[in-house]
Amino acid sequence: MKEIVPGDIARARIARRIASEFMGRDRTMIINLGVGIPTMVANFIRSDRIFIQAENGMMGVGPKAAEGEADSRLINAGREPVTETPGCSYFDSAASFGMIRGGHVDATVIGAFEVDQTGNIANWIIPNGRQLGVGGAMDLVSGAKQVIVAMRHNGSDGRPKLVKACSLPITGFHEADFVITELGVFRFIEGVLTLQEIAPEIDLTRLTELTEAPFVTAADIKVMDS
Amino acid sequence: MPDTTKIVSVKDAVAAIRSGDRIMVGSFGNAGYPENLVEAMTASDLKDLTVISNDLGSPGIGLGKFLANGQIKALIGNYYNWNPDVARAYNAGEIDVRLVPQGSFAEAIRAAGVGIAAFFTPTAAGTELGKDKETRDFNGRPHVLEHAIHADVALIKAYKADELGNLVYYKTARNFNPLMAMAATLTIAEVDDIVPVGSLDPECVVTPHLFVNMIIKKGEK
Repeated sequence: MKEIVPGDIARARIARRIASEFMGRDRTMIINLGVGIPTMVANFIRSDRIFIQAENGMMGVGPKAAEGEADSRLINAGREPVTETPGCSYFDSAASFGMIRGGHVDATVIGAFEVDQTGNIANWIIPNGRQLGVGGAMDLVSGAKQVIVAMRHNGSDGRPKLVKACSLPITGFHEADFVITELGVFRFIEGVLTLQEIAPEIDLTRLTELTEAPFVTAADIKVMDS
Repeated sequence: MPDTTKIVSVKDAVAAIRSGDRIMVGSFGNAGYPENLVEAMTASDLKDLTVISNDLGSPGIGLGKFLANGQIKALIGNYYNWNPDVARAYNAGEIDVRLVPQGSFAEAIRAAGVGIAAFFTPTAAGTELGKDKETRDFNGRPHVLEHAIHADVALIKAYKADELGNLVYYKTARNFNPLMAMAATLTIAEVDDIVPVGSLDPECVVTPHLFVNMIIKKGEK
């Protein structure tokens, strides 16, 4: 299947849209970024009021370390060498998850295999016997004040990832607040999956075909920045 | 003169560990694990270990050496996707693996250290990892009961110790180390440097010396 939006452009678009979501709020925000597209969000943030928390025990994560300047003991939760920002701090893993579980982290950006129409998220395991890990996924979705799912709209086989009911093991129930894909910005408003923005490449009919979960369209729907 | 008898050789430290022990090891990825202690243990004939750690390094690297050597009976942790040997050994029935979500895992270790038997948390309620756990609603939200996680021995990595065993850490190599230092019967700290008593800023000590039983200096036999 030919992709409507090529992969590199899709990933950058999703990350940029999430960064602009945070910057548009015009207040101090503490955010946690998962691996993959979520980590790319940091590349688009231009604000000294947005602080990145890493669950392995750092507040105020800076850009990835330049080649030759990497310190193997200064890493983010994806094990990538990172840098410090002025005012950053370190703490143990219990304090780190205390911040998350205690509701002190404004938003977490995570990837997902599936999100369903009730906001259930499946992102921790594909039961094929090759993976054995949950990491902080369950803590993050149940603890962060807002959960933003950053994912491609469809799997590599074209299968919708916004589904009626998740088929994979659930990470958290009714936890998704936003789902941002390269084809649209969806928000759960009072539990109802609502399309707020649509990509310039497609129309509503095509988007509905590519989305298994039923959704409503916001009255003031906008075209997503390409 | 301060009592400096906690400072021991790697050999003496490893001699205090028994086959079948529950061993906590600090680390996240390969950041902040006690390299010399792990190396000495993997060169020993210790076996049937239950290793309690965030992850198990990479295949044959870091904590992954324990598995490559067949020294592990069981694992308690949360993220083994960086070391696919773990899933392979588990599927083959060679080891037992218990996954605890990372935040619950950290808190369960902290709980063990501070005398809390168990705690309720919303994390994992209703999921596959919460299914065999006691569940209770608080404020209209389901919570699962997580029990404290104790160990016989904690192997931790700190940046500096003073001769009494007060510890300071280095950046994200801190991770689980201060928690594990509190949660075991015997805590062995491997450090880059040992400094005289009084030379660490008391405001900056993360692990007070009462939690530390043995200190080894990295790079010394």
